[in-house]
Amino acid sequence: MDLVVRLVYMLIFPGFLFLVFYGMACDWVDRKLYARFQNRVGPPWFQPLADFIKLLSKEEIIPEAANQNMFRVLPVVALAAALTSFLYIPVWDLTAFYSFPADLVVVFYLLTIPTLAFFLAGWNSTSLFAALGSLRTLIQLFAYEVPLLIVLMGPALLAGTWTISEISAFFVQNPSLLGVNVIGLVVALVAIQGKLERRPFDIADAETEVVGGTFTEFSGRLLAIIHLVVNIEMVVLASLISAIFLGGSFGLGPIWGFILYLFKTLFIVTLLTLLKTLVARLRLEQMMKFCWKYLAPAALFQLLINIVVKAFLV
Amino acid sequence: MLGLKTFGFKILPEVFRNIIKPPATIKYPAEKTETPAGFRGRIIFEADKCIGCKMCLRDCPAGAIHIEPTGVAKQFKCVFLLDRCLFCAQCVDSCPRKALTGTPQYELACFERDQFEDVQE
Amino acid sequence: MAPIKIPFGPQHPALKEPESFNLVLEGEQIIDTEVKLGYNHRGIEKACESRNITQCIYLIERICGICSHSHSTAFTKAVEEIAAIEAPPRAQYIRTIVAELERIHSHLLWLGVAAHEVGFDTLFMYAWRDREVVMDLLALITGNRINYGMNTVGGVRRDIDSGQAKQVLESIRILVERTNYYLNVAINESIFKARLSGVGKLPQETALRLGAVGPTARASGIARDIRKDDPYAAYDQVGFKVVTDEQADIFGRTMVRVYELLESYRMIRELTEGLPEGPIAVKAPRKIPAGESVSRYEAPRGENIHYVRTNGTEIPERVKVRAPTLANLASIREMAKGGFLADFPIIIAAIDPCFSCADRMIRISGDRRGELWNWEQLRDYSIKWYQQRGVDLSHMG
Repeated sequence: MDLVVRLVYMLIFPGFLFLVFYGMACDWVDRKLYARFQNRVGPPWFQPLADFIKLLSKEEIIPEAANQNMFRVLPVVALAAALTSFLYIPVWDLTAFYSFPADLVVVFYLLTIPTLAFFLAGWNSTSLFAALGSLRTLIQLFAYEVPLLIVLMGPALLAGTWTISEISAFFVQNPSLLGVNVIGLVVALVAIQGKLERRPFDIADAETEVVGGTFTEFSGRLLAIIHLVVNIEMVVLASLISAIFLGGSFGLGPIWGFILYLFKTLFIVTLLTLLKTLVARLRLEQMMKFCWKYLAPAALFQLLINIVVKAFLV
Repeated sequence: MLGLKTFGFKILPEVFRNIIKPPATIKYPAEKTETPAGFRGRIIFEADKCIGCKMCLRDCPAGAIHIEPTGVAKQFKCVFLLDRCLFCAQCVDSCPRKALTGTPQYELACFERDQFEDVQE
Repeated sequence: MAPIKIPFGPQHPALKEPESFNLVLEGEQIIDTEVKLGYNHRGIEKACESRNITQCIYLIERICGICSHSHSTAFTKAVEEIAAIEAPPRAQYIRTIVAELERIHSHLLWLGVAAHEVGFDTLFMYAWRDREVVMDLLALITGNRINYGMNTVGGVRRDIDSGQAKQVLESIRILVERTNYYLNVAINESIFKARLSGVGKLPQETALRLGAVGPTARASGIARDIRKDDPYAAYDQVGFKVVTDEQADIFGRTMVRVYELLESYRMIRELTEGLPEGPIAVKAPRKIPAGESVSRYEAPRGENIHYVRTNGTEIPERVKVRAPTLANLASIREMAKGGFLADFPIIIAAIDPCFSCADRMIRISGDRRGELWNWEQLRDYSIKWYQQRGVDLSHMG
């Protein structure tokens, strides 16, 4: 019986199937809002699904000089890592299905795996544009990863635990402390744009510069998986932010908790889309400067606030 | 160099205004824009005015117009090759008897090549 | 890291037409650029030699989709000079109005393209949405959104009536408001500005040496504008100032174009309100007397030169076109040097290139492999080439 529950949890809800469809839904919300902000119509609701099915039916071309097995396996590795990381994040409840001490660190590193897999995939493609794109992916990683980790440490410090579920539970007990982390939330949202390689940090796959970037050589099923990974990453990161900075489901019980979860994640997606609408793409060196000059100090400042609050108030 | 003081200030109000505004896109063919009266589209041939001088033929930059005899004396028919026509309406200007007139009809696309032959008598 | 060479084109998402730029990169930095022309040669000059003048106008108009009125005006101007006829004042005014409307639509298009090249798609969408206003205006006046077909030897083909004039003034009011908004966006949006300023520097001396024209030259502080230097149409009767900028970078070029838009609005207002009465065309002979002429025209992208030689028949003997892009291409190499790969798309876009207008047959002197073929030899070669592949085209004229 336990095994069945576990399998349902991993494969259907809130595991694989839910993530796939919710990822697509978030993708649609993102695209539709982006279009409406720009005074366009935007795609119909089934567009991400249609794109996915179309890509599945397309021919798959693998460069001859590339390592064939690596080329096929890397998108799947990225997918597996993104899916696994979601299991430690609470969805409708205050505790995640799999939860153990310090799982925040594990989730954080699981989320780095897709980026590294994409770097390897691009590098393995043996194409000039893919190589340039994957180099950019890796350089970007050094810019946004540090601020993101620092701001995730803030709430953890306040709650005195590295476990996502416990951080969430802590803020439900002390909702007034959520206000302390406003700077952290902003920094996290900006850093996530970098992690998802969205504007202003879509440097690695800037089409006017490096064509398809990291994924230049990918087509068909493999490209479909990559798009899926990016969508799922967006859901995972939105859920993570919601659990850590916004108190997750607030312990309202499965139904209301789940509705609150949807509301919060969609709100975060909306904010991300708004940010994407307002900016132009940065250059790599400008992004470095921005992340280290503004984002990292802001994150450290947040950490300082949290230490002070922790010392005197909690 | 990367001052963030004025970031988003100018574009944000416009973005919010657009949420309320309907999209600028016109959903053709469900809805159509009004074409101005002088829009250059399909050209109409009036057979009773044509004298068969073929001035239109000489000036057509694309070779899209043909004036052919009908068999009846002093009666001509006109063949427009719509796939070649570039809708400059020079033939309308060149015709000494005003046998050709422009219309704003622009939806002339079709699936078969031979349907592009617009024969007017 | 050793320098690598990446092919930027002939097929690349940042290029709207095929042209080859080979970039030598050291990391992200551009050391050198090789510009290779000739991917889009259409043989329009040669085709003109088998058409009469009236037909040529429409062919010449189709050299460029954006600045079509520039080409047809420059061509008719040259023919009118040979035939010693002059278009009546009303025709000159209408030509100028359409020319300025075309400049507006070209510059708004450019603004959108530039925004897209630096990844600012929101501005791209807004600029192109508002460009529809001027496109509708052009459709109203000329009957076409592009390739207006307004010019004919001796004048223009369509008049502007009072209702249209009223619509022009109304639309210009909207456009002025929108352009002021874009000016604000370009000056104040810090990320957009950071991507443009200091990029693609072209100092004044370099611009002069490489013969840059149009907004590219004007942004380097060179007040070079054919509308002022060698006035044609009604430009000598309308007040405007030549916009220049001292920044010599892409932000400067953006500023020049946006301020030129504002100048154009002012000019159109003045021209529409002061439209003289009279005929819109004079009768021109079909056979143009023998002679030759060079005409210059300030297209939205810069100076446009047409050379026409006639021999007393309906058909021109030689037509030569120098599109502004050809003059500006040389400066790309200079502008890209030392810049980043990320800046290259916007550096190309900043000259507002139109590669198919620029592509010409060039005879490279001093090349050992060079061989010059005439029309007949070329035709024989192509017939043989197809025959080897089982297609017989020898019957075609």
